[in-house]
Amino acid sequence: MRLASAGVLAIAAAFLASCATPQRDYRPDALAMMKRDFHARGIAGVDRLNEDGVQAACNKHADDPPQAVADKLQKEQLAGINLPADGKLLGDWKSGEKIAQSGRGMMWSDKGGDGGSCYNCHQIGPRESSFGTVGPSLYQFAKLRGYGADIQRYVYGKIYNAKAYSLCSQMPRFGHVGALTEGQMKDLTALLMDPASPVNQ
Amino acid sequence: MKQALVLGIVVAVAAAPWLPAAAQTPDPTAAEFDKFREIMEQDNPAELFEVKGEELWRARRGPKNASLERCDLGLGPGVVQGAYAQMPRYFADAGRVMDAEARIVHCMVTLQGFKFEELAKQPFSSLVRTPDPVSLVTYVAAQSRGMKIAAPRGHPKERAAYETGKAIYFYRAGAFDFSCASCHGVDGKRIRTQPLPNFTKPEQAIRAVQGWPGYRMTGGVMHSLQWRLNDCFRQQRFPEPGYTSETLSALLTYLTVNANGHVYRGPGIKR
Repeated sequence: MRLASAGVLAIAAAFLASCATPQRDYRPDALAMMKRDFHARGIAGVDRLNEDGVQAACNKHADDPPQAVADKLQKEQLAGINLPADGKLLGDWKSGEKIAQSGRGMMWSDKGGDGGSCYNCHQIGPRESSFGTVGPSLYQFAKLRGYGADIQRYVYGKIYNAKAYSLCSQMPRFGHVGALTEGQMKDLTALLMDPASPVNQ
Repeated sequence: MKQALVLGIVVAVAAAPWLPAAAQTPDPTAAEFDKFREIMEQDNPAELFEVKGEELWRARRGPKNASLERCDLGLGPGVVQGAYAQMPRYFADAGRVMDAEARIVHCMVTLQGFKFEELAKQPFSSLVRTPDPVSLVTYVAAQSRGMKIAAPRGHPKERAAYETGKAIYFYRAGAFDFSCASCHGVDGKRIRTQPLPNFTKPEQAIRAVQGWPGYRMTGGVMHSLQWRLNDCFRQQRFPEPGYTSETLSALLTYLTVNANGHVYRGPGIKR
């Protein structure tokens, strides 16, 4: 009995000690250091070091923010997605394949946006065996999920701003940051959604 | 001659018919490459830069016509043996934590009188030019071959550099919302067919240290970790980090301390 209470006391003491010396947050130090050390090069300005609201929430909560925070920010991101005015979401899948292949865009060595870097992280078409595995396989995307208008909108929206659906997704926000044009996003949507695309064979 | 031979092998491998087939299953590709690297490392072109670096280390150069033999790499002036395996470390005379190349450049400036701005102008290798600090860091690294990585953690500035480096590693920002951890934060992923080590884990963190400085077959040039991290930030869609800046030393502290205890095999070969 006495031993047990001594044990409880020891645990309580350890708990208090851990409260007294909280883990210091080094993120402000890190950001200050980066702001001293980085310089603009090409299209990559030093403003890129600043977090926007989504990045700040994900950084602060190690990519797992409280549900209420995530819901609010996701709603804002979703509201910022501009669907094509003509209502057509499917472009040319052949062009989409080229955009998916290109790993260029938004680096200081690039002129601007360019490719989608899609194969860097995803399996997509059946002929490309050199694909990454950071994201899920998209092979037979519509064949498995259907070709409906709602899924077309989801695909276009996900490419436009992946954070509207999963706040701390590792996927870039291609439309949101202007890395891809409306036409390019339509072509990529077609690559996944066109029944004639090799992806769905 | 050696370089021509290496180029020949690289071309032969690039044209090898088994590569595209192997690419479908990444692990055999990686295994094949590891075998290839083992053979290459027996006759590594990095040795050429090691020899060049040793000449540069001993030569009286710069406006002050001095050699680097009084350069203190952390174990006392002129002690090169084992120094690379024990960096980054805090240097009181510079008031900051420095990785090996940062320290060598510091010595070139303070002892030999070179201008930092000149050294930082074109700090990375090309086909026609290998900057002196790259050869020097290759020489210094080679003098830790076979030794255990032991980046010190005793000084408060070293512990702060580790924690700051860790925070930089996880900091998401920029056009694509990427951090280092976006690619190197979980196990078993790859970009295209390139496996992505998870440097947050000790047994994988050694892959951030092993083989660097390295003779890179893509482009056929000698590169150091300063180049490697610079190119990571380019692909992370960040602006450019300053050459030998504290940010890079802090990041290297995080990566190297995570790899402490593993044996360093010396300058190597990279894909």
